[in-house]
Amino acid sequence: MAAMAALRREGRRFAAAAPNPISTVRSSLAPSEEHAVLGVRSISTQVVRNRMKSVKNIQKITKAMKMVAASKLRAIQTRAENSRGLWQPFTALLGDLPSVDVKKNVIVTVSSDKGLCGGINSTAVKISRALYKLNSGPEKESKYVILGEKAKAQLIRDSKKDIELSMIELQKNPLNYTQVSVLADDILKNVEFDALRIVFNKFLSVVSFIPTTATVLSPEIVEREAESGGKLGDLDLYEIEGAETKGEVLQNLAEFQFSCVLFNSVLENACSEQGARMSAMDSSSRNAGDMLDRLTLTYNRTRQASITTELIEIISGASALEG
Amino acid sequence: MFRHAPRLLSRASSSAMRWRRPFSTDLPAETPVDSKFVQTWRSTIPNIEPPKTPSAFMAPRPPTPPTIPSKLTINVVLPYNSIFSAKEVDMVIVPATTGQMGVLPGHVATIAELKPGVLSVHEGNDVTKYFVSGGFAFVHANSVADIVAVEAVPVDQFDQSLVQKGLAEFTQKLSSASTDVEKAEAQIGIDVHSAINAALTG
Repeated sequence: MAAMAALRREGRRFAAAAPNPISTVRSSLAPSEEHAVLGVRSISTQVVRNRMKSVKNIQKITKAMKMVAASKLRAIQTRAENSRGLWQPFTALLGDLPSVDVKKNVIVTVSSDKGLCGGINSTAVKISRALYKLNSGPEKESKYVILGEKAKAQLIRDSKKDIELSMIELQKNPLNYTQVSVLADDILKNVEFDALRIVFNKFLSVVSFIPTTATVLSPEIVEREAESGGKLGDLDLYEIEGAETKGEVLQNLAEFQFSCVLFNSVLENACSEQGARMSAMDSSSRNAGDMLDRLTLTYNRTRQASITTELIEIISGASALEG
Repeated sequence: MFRHAPRLLSRASSSAMRWRRPFSTDLPAETPVDSKFVQTWRSTIPNIEPPKTPSAFMAPRPPTPPTIPSKLTINVVLPYNSIFSAKEVDMVIVPATTGQMGVLPGHVATIAELKPGVLSVHEGNDVTKYFVSGGFAFVHANSVADIVAVEAVPVDQFDQSLVQKGLAEFTQKLSSASTDVEKAEAQIGIDVHSAINAALTG
């Protein structure tokens, strides 16, 4: 098509050349120059090249983030696995009663502070909301205690009045039991509860994180369940060794249980966060790689097209001059 | 085309029969209470899978045997580590708030609160002593004892002089304490340090 336009232009030049060669040559030069200035004759690869550069940078960044998440996961995974024995004695003694019917539920949602970690925070919030709905009814109330920025952002939108306490920046210093026990103490002092339901993501493997809920009952409810029989029925068979009364020992037991279970759940959630971030960043770098391949093909096509255009112009110009 | 149909059908059905659940232990152990939770969940919230509960991740405990077993199984767990998990020993002596309590196989089921003191584990002729900072000890009817402590350190890793220094420091803090909280903290420090001292000397 460009060749035809060039030929037409040459035809016009020869038609005009007959009466006044010099002036027509000058005037015929002007239209072709005008054409060169008005239209973009050579196709530019700059746009595609810019896109390729930015996509490559994104790929490098996400690969680096994946490596960082992998190393953090290694560090925290051993600690989480070592802490798994901590809640088992309590569950062996007091059982696991997620279906307990109580008046005051407190849902402790454990989430991460930073984003780009896949869907774990959304699943934790979904399960928390579902537990809230499950435990709603006449004379029953549920409150939230939120650990972590991401769950706070999601829950504050529709459940602002139900949030009792929220804590962020848990992982500023490496997680340890002292910090978590202070946190547990804070929660126990400020929040009235009959049952605490901790919602977190349990770390099974690098690609699998299961939302889990652990239930800690207050001493009064433990006594009530023990009296009514069922799972906790044989709690009365246990002798209490302690200078204090049974109620006080049960109180200390409940508090200790809460801090232990919370410690394990915070560690497991941190592991899940790093694992989820690894897989999110991995799929992101893979996507960037695919995009880069497609852009490279486009780039080559564009480059070849512009070379072909130039060649056609040169050749048609040359053939017009000869013939 | 239809000549191959029977062969393909037989192959498909045999492969379906060949896929069996690999291990029977993979079946989730759902206790009656869990299934109640799962049922109420499924009826009110049909779209979301119910979350798992801790009992799904725990091996079930052995039932109470009819005769007293010969060995005691102990689990000593700390936040950072499990020192013993399902270890069979002859006796443990735990520092309960009422004093040193010896636990033998067949001990009555007990919940004991621990004060800072020495935990000694007797296995045959070996005695290993640990200083525990505090926690709880559960003895179950099936001769399984769980000891949950915040810190447990072998006694030989303590430096006597540092312990004396700490004791002096906390005694001084108690005398200069003004608020109840400070007094309580100083008292706790004194208790722990004097217990370590007693453990090292006694």
